[in-house]
Amino acid sequence: MSSEKKLFTVSIYTENNIGLLNRISAIFQRRHINIESINTSISEIEGVSRWTIVVAVAEEQIKKILGQIEKQVDVIKAYYHTDEETIYQESCLFKIKSDLFFEDIAIQKIIKETHVRIVTVDREFFVLEKSGRKSEIEVLHQQLKPFGIMQFVRSGRIAVTKEPLNISSLLTAF
Amino acid sequence: MESMEIQTLPKPKTTSTATEHITGSEAVIRCLLAEGVETVYGYPGGAIMPVYDEFYKYQDQLQHVLTRHEQGATHAAQGYARISGKVGVAIATSGPGATNLITGIADAQIDSTPMVCITGQVGAHLLGSDAFQETDIVGISTPVTKWNYQITKASEIPEVMAKAFYIAQSGRPGPVLIDITKNAQFESFDFSYEKCKAIRSYYPVPKCEPKAIKAAANLINGAKKPLIVWGQGVLLGKAETILKEVVEKAGIPAAWTILGASAIPTSHPLNVGMVGMHGNYAPNKLTNECDVLIAIGMRFDDRVTGNLETYAKQAKVIHFEIDPAEVNKNVHADVAVLGDAHTTLSQLLPLLNTNSHDEWLQEFRALDTVEFEKVIKGDLHPDKEGLTMGEVIAAINNETKGKAAIVSDVGQHQMIACRYAEFQETRSNITSGGLGTMGFALPAAIGAKMAAPHREVIAVIGDGGYQMTIQELGTIFQTKTPVKIVVLNNGFLGMVRQWQQLFFDKRYASTELTNPDFVSIAKGYFIEAHRVTERKNLKEAVQTMVQHEGPYFLEVCVEKEDNVFPMIPTGASVSDIRLE
Repeated sequence: MSSEKKLFTVSIYTENNIGLLNRISAIFQRRHINIESINTSISEIEGVSRWTIVVAVAEEQIKKILGQIEKQVDVIKAYYHTDEETIYQESCLFKIKSDLFFEDIAIQKIIKETHVRIVTVDREFFVLEKSGRKSEIEVLHQQLKPFGIMQFVRSGRIAVTKEPLNISSLLTAF
Repeated sequence: MESMEIQTLPKPKTTSTATEHITGSEAVIRCLLAEGVETVYGYPGGAIMPVYDEFYKYQDQLQHVLTRHEQGATHAAQGYARISGKVGVAIATSGPGATNLITGIADAQIDSTPMVCITGQVGAHLLGSDAFQETDIVGISTPVTKWNYQITKASEIPEVMAKAFYIAQSGRPGPVLIDITKNAQFESFDFSYEKCKAIRSYYPVPKCEPKAIKAAANLINGAKKPLIVWGQGVLLGKAETILKEVVEKAGIPAAWTILGASAIPTSHPLNVGMVGMHGNYAPNKLTNECDVLIAIGMRFDDRVTGNLETYAKQAKVIHFEIDPAEVNKNVHADVAVLGDAHTTLSQLLPLLNTNSHDEWLQEFRALDTVEFEKVIKGDLHPDKEGLTMGEVIAAINNETKGKAAIVSDVGQHQMIACRYAEFQETRSNITSGGLGTMGFALPAAIGAKMAAPHREVIAVIGDGGYQMTIQELGTIFQTKTPVKIVVLNNGFLGMVRQWQQLFFDKRYASTELTNPDFVSIAKGYFIEAHRVTERKNLKEAVQTMVQHEGPYFLEVCVEKEDNVFPMIPTGASVSDIRLE
């Protein structure tokens, strides 16, 4: 098993309880690991939350972390995956001055070529949305930067696995 | 000595599930009674007062022991749990009362001790407002609890309390903290109680795989030089007898971690002693000679393994473990047998061949002789003038015939106590292992004695740790709990001083203690007390202490600069264990 650091996506199914974020993040904190991104949402199972955490660690370490996550009482099941094993996306928003939108041909060209979505156009600003890989978003960010970005925000990664996770069978007993 | 009240407490009457309209604070008591709790340790304060008011009303059914500090309450609850296997309960108010519990909670977490802590909290409408004595105890305790929860409505109390007790004692036990806002204590609601039997996201005991058992049996049956190292999992799983049968049938030398001590009597011919930093010479050395290492209910702590790079590399490792997160955490397991020790060992036993490993055992005996000559002889039968800690433990062994439960603190005296105590009964070694909490022993001894009043409970404490929770003498005095306290006084924080001597060129930074008159202090609490400074008085002093009916304090002034050996220096290999 490699002790080289690699990007892993951790998927966790949990109960939806107050304080669980603290409990999960503490497992990374005590090992001095910085979380690259974290997202929680509902899942395909009613009443069950799904977490997507991205960390750069060695595989032998992520296995140990997974054990420590899974032993938490409110955690139903945890998995880790490589990028190749998942379909993943991130989403971002750019807020840009409106006059640029109307007056700069270059920006219109970028919008067309990158399939970015125009969310809103206001008198003062317009907002662009783009979903995709982090790298795509970074390229777009670099392209738009020279025009002046009023605000930029990017979401954490969300990911589904190519293989089934069979989580529902764990819950059928209840 | 007055008879202890706890022995005569009437059985709880309230286990029915019928609905009654009561307050949240009364519900807390009713939940405790329904869980079979007889004694709780705690300290009152503003945010928990409604519950204390109920303690007053229920005092004929539930004993509340007022400790002198909340830390003492947690350690007493731990001592109670460790000797009895039942859940220990500690209770405190919000803010400083709650934060004072943290050391004991962290200790219980790392030593897998079943404990439920209840804290009062400011009213729900004040949460987050920096109200008087408000602290985020759920946030603070999260990394050191198995589970925790904040109750803000009375109606949540029965279900959450039931979960708390279930989680604390099932699977790998641990501490649970329940924080209850003051309004929830005051509110009335329709109470009914049902014990928790399962939680959908929680799998306390993993399924034992017959294939793994078979693989383990094959490895053991084929082994020429097998070595068992067992830990507290054997005691927690109540697997002492079955372990002994496994050891005897397969003829395997068996060593123990500090928390595994006493599961098999010290005198058993196949009990080859303690592993770890100050463990015995033979089992440490031969860890790196064995061909199959059978770890049972232990977690390969760094104090056990020394340098992992050179730990048992030649051996196939079989790991019997209830907590899957421990498997492959520190040491790779060639065979992992998941499950509780009683179940797995019971399934293993019939698959084992009757065997003996006499030649292999002789290797242990030979190294035992070396250790005896170099270390043990000088510890137990010193020819120098000053008293040694070892001879005090030997005197206790002699006087109690190994029947006593020894509650030790942390440091040199702890290592000496664990090395030399001759245990005859299980659950006789109560000590702070993983966290190394100085101040543990005195309050833990109180809890242990209350949980097992028929047993002789002797706290063995250093002069440093003793002063960390010395105020619990007040608890002993008030409750008349007949614990015996032995302080081994060397005027130093001995273990730190030993390290300073060995690794810091004898620069004794802040390790020498100018001590008070401990005998006078004990007497100030009206506890019988005596001091021994000479060898010729030791035996009689220990005898007097053991025979005394009430609590008793014995100070033994020992050699100031003795060291504990053998020793595996930090980062060294178990086979580089030093004898001097």
